[in-house]
Amino acid sequence: MENETIIGLEIHTELNTNSKMFCGCEATFGGDPNTKTCPVCLGHPGSLPVMNREAVGDTILLALALNCGITERSIFHRKNYFYPDMPKDFQISQYDIPLSHDGWLEVEMEDYKRRVGITRVHLEEDTGKSVHIGESGRIHGAEHSLEDFNRAGIPLAEIVTEPDLRSPEEARAFMQMLRATLEYLGISDCKMEEGSLRCDANISIAVDGKMGTKVEIKNMNSFRAMFRALTYEEERQRFALKEGEVIVQETRHWDDDAGQTSPLRSKEEAFDYRYFPEPDLVPVEPDKAWVEAIKARMPELPVERLRRFEHKFGLQPEIANMLTSEKAMADYFEEAVVSGQDPVALAKWIAGDLAAMLKEATVPIEACPLKPHGLGELVALVAQRIISGKMAKEVLREAFETGKGPSEIVEAKGLSQIADGSEIESVVDEVIATNPDAANDMREGKEQALKFLMGQVMKKTRGKANPEMASDLIKKKLNAG
Amino acid sequence: MDILNRSAVELAGLIKNREVSALRVTDTFLERIEEVEPRVHAYVNVYSEAARASAKHIDEDIARSERVGSYAGVPMAIKDVLSTRGFNTTCGSRMLENFVPVYDATAVERVKAAGAVMLGKANMDEFAMGSSTENSYFGPTRNPWDLERVPGGSSGGSAAAVAAGEAPWALGSDTGGSIRQPASLCGIVGLKPTYGLVSRYGLVAFASSLDQVGPMTRNVSDCAALLGIVSGHDPRDSTSIEEPARDYLGKLTDDVKGMKVAIVKELSSEGIDPGVLEQIRATMDVLESLGVHTDEVSLPSFENGLSSYYLIAPAEASSNLARFDGVRYGYRAEGDFNDVWDMYDATRAEGFGPEVKRRIMLGTYALSAGYYDEYYAKAQKIRTLIVRDYGRAFDEYDLLVSPTSPTTAFKLGEKMDDPLTMYLSDICTIPVNLAGIPGLSLPCGLADGLPVGFQIMGPPLSEQKILNLAYALERETCFDPRPAGLGAEKVT
Repeated sequence: MENETIIGLEIHTELNTNSKMFCGCEATFGGDPNTKTCPVCLGHPGSLPVMNREAVGDTILLALALNCGITERSIFHRKNYFYPDMPKDFQISQYDIPLSHDGWLEVEMEDYKRRVGITRVHLEEDTGKSVHIGESGRIHGAEHSLEDFNRAGIPLAEIVTEPDLRSPEEARAFMQMLRATLEYLGISDCKMEEGSLRCDANISIAVDGKMGTKVEIKNMNSFRAMFRALTYEEERQRFALKEGEVIVQETRHWDDDAGQTSPLRSKEEAFDYRYFPEPDLVPVEPDKAWVEAIKARMPELPVERLRRFEHKFGLQPEIANMLTSEKAMADYFEEAVVSGQDPVALAKWIAGDLAAMLKEATVPIEACPLKPHGLGELVALVAQRIISGKMAKEVLREAFETGKGPSEIVEAKGLSQIADGSEIESVVDEVIATNPDAANDMREGKEQALKFLMGQVMKKTRGKANPEMASDLIKKKLNAG
Repeated sequence: MDILNRSAVELAGLIKNREVSALRVTDTFLERIEEVEPRVHAYVNVYSEAARASAKHIDEDIARSERVGSYAGVPMAIKDVLSTRGFNTTCGSRMLENFVPVYDATAVERVKAAGAVMLGKANMDEFAMGSSTENSYFGPTRNPWDLERVPGGSSGGSAAAVAAGEAPWALGSDTGGSIRQPASLCGIVGLKPTYGLVSRYGLVAFASSLDQVGPMTRNVSDCAALLGIVSGHDPRDSTSIEEPARDYLGKLTDDVKGMKVAIVKELSSEGIDPGVLEQIRATMDVLESLGVHTDEVSLPSFENGLSSYYLIAPAEASSNLARFDGVRYGYRAEGDFNDVWDMYDATRAEGFGPEVKRRIMLGTYALSAGYYDEYYAKAQKIRTLIVRDYGRAFDEYDLLVSPTSPTTAFKLGEKMDDPLTMYLSDICTIPVNLAGIPGLSLPCGLADGLPVGFQIMGPPLSEQKILNLAYALERETCFDPRPAGLGAEKVT
């Protein structure tokens, strides 16, 4: 019996348009509750929606980036269900004739690539936000609930994938690539924690090539949560199958604290949305000229940048992938490259120490106190052997913490290495002269002696001698190596 | 001065020329309301103080020779389905009994800009669902021609107010005949414009693809004038036609010689009262005398018009009325509920009347998985056939005609227990909404002392042509729109 995990994703991303999908209200995160509202997004009697052209344009841009075909005439539908965060008790969405269809996005795994089919990208409106007061924190068992409609009506692009993902790792990699794509397009803030990027998953286990019953997982509010939830659910289903149980088709709620999924109460889920064409809107018919104009503003996409980084700068795929998965990080790298220093070295510093420091301090790279040219300076100091790699790490930390330039730090602390050949040579001569035993051992090829002699050189120079030069000189003078 | 029997256009002239003050005009109508309203009940709410204040304001502007709207100081009744900022908009429902909108409907904005003075909000069938105004939570409106009879519906309050002299003109809304049928039963002029000609922004939706706002007036000139005020493109309504505002009144002419007009066979034979048919035939003869070529045309798809309408309209209504859930505004049931779904159930059970519930259920069913294709989708196909039938007919004829209503005003309570019979009241008016074309009801005579309406239908945006024909007929038939027996003698 061969089991294969089958995952498909449904991603919602809030577009960062100026105004909401169907009214003129500001479409931004936060603000005092219910301050960014009007009769339209509050669903007041008699109010009517008017389509936001900017949102349609952004969605077309996204669809093109995901290699989708653009529908010549798509329409909006009403998705009917009762829920207190939905002012009209229906959501304006797209149904059988979406804005775009049939695309793909390729995901880079460590040793293979996965091309994931995109079923469709369509446009809809976001709901308001409920806060349930009470122990459960969910609508069931709440003492009462509060509604904030600031979010209601913000344009939401929905991306539906084919069930082409084969593991939680692939799902995570897909989400990272998609997020990067959205970021490069500049159409969404992509913050899972703020809900501007959301992901639901369908997961099932195919047994011997036969598709299994799929389960929908909701409430995965971070990349980590998504990965954990899918891993949990994969295990749960595999175990259930092993025990001979039947998987029930249902929607399950991920509880991040408990680390498990549980079925949603049936009332929270409508089974029949009674979709029908939205009579208050007219069809979306993007003309060729418009689509061409949108194509013309297509920026370089993550995968294109990744390839460029590999070819132009000679970066390893892994590092190139890491740098390009976050637009700001890739921008930082490119700015640093302007310094003329070795791109590979720069990339290693950014992807390594700097990324770790940023993560630790939870500072976005745009706000990094060490500017790209400063990093170039640091790499130059190492290349010119003014400081060692080890010292550079300390200088980097200080630069990161104080915002001072690396050269300034090296100067102020007198950290610069002695890279003057004659200066080191005189110290080496002195050390050999004062340590004849060790010198003899060295001549006889004893490795231990080199370490000792090096130690003495460093001691005399208070660690400032360039280690490589000192080591070479000792070896040369004692006919070793 | 006889104010009550002046047309709206005449009143506008008198006020502008300072022959009478706006306040005097408003007060006269308010007095008339006080006098007959206990018997007619055309209004849900009368706003005397606000009306007098607007009238005073207009008088001041006129006194200072400031620019005022073309119809400054002319009072108006507004159907309680149009959103009025600061004034209750009940839709004839308990659900919205105390609902005060925060914005004006576009049509309301436009009549305000023209200087009209809102006297009050006119009674209606709950959420515009009905043909008798008996479905109002606030009690029925009575027909000024016979107080034992209904005024028609759903814009029965607007029609009765105009007929009873409680307002010179009114705004109504028409989804399946809700302007034309009550206009017919109350002996006034009512026009359902081309879909998209008048903005629906602020019109509380019943069936979005069918709803239109339109004028209800005592004569054709007023109808043309009011259409001119409220029509024209509105960017807040995506279905609004990109048409510039037009001067329908200025272009009104009774020269209709050579026009080709056909009566629709399917709407003028079976099921139509003989008394009504007699008046319709007589009107056809008048058309001939005006030099109009008359003919008869058969539009077979109309047989299914009613069925199609009673799937599409309730389907859209079931969705449009979902928002009345007790969460954000309007009625909320009292009680200790387990969860929000229990609150929804109780709120909607208590807040909606039986006809609204019936249609929500019909519509929910028609849209349900597995039934959508059989009902909603099929109804849309019939709709397409009706559009096609009209199109073919308009290739040959300028306009089509029929009775507006198969009967004259019926007795209160007569059809309340039989929804299907009630639904048949709109048999002649429904195809017009399904096709999105304009239709006008003109009073053409009396049958047993009750008004009969003559319906004129035309291709999209043919309002001017329709108004011209109605205008020519009006001059010939000399229908007196004053109902006897309602103190009309006091009026003159």
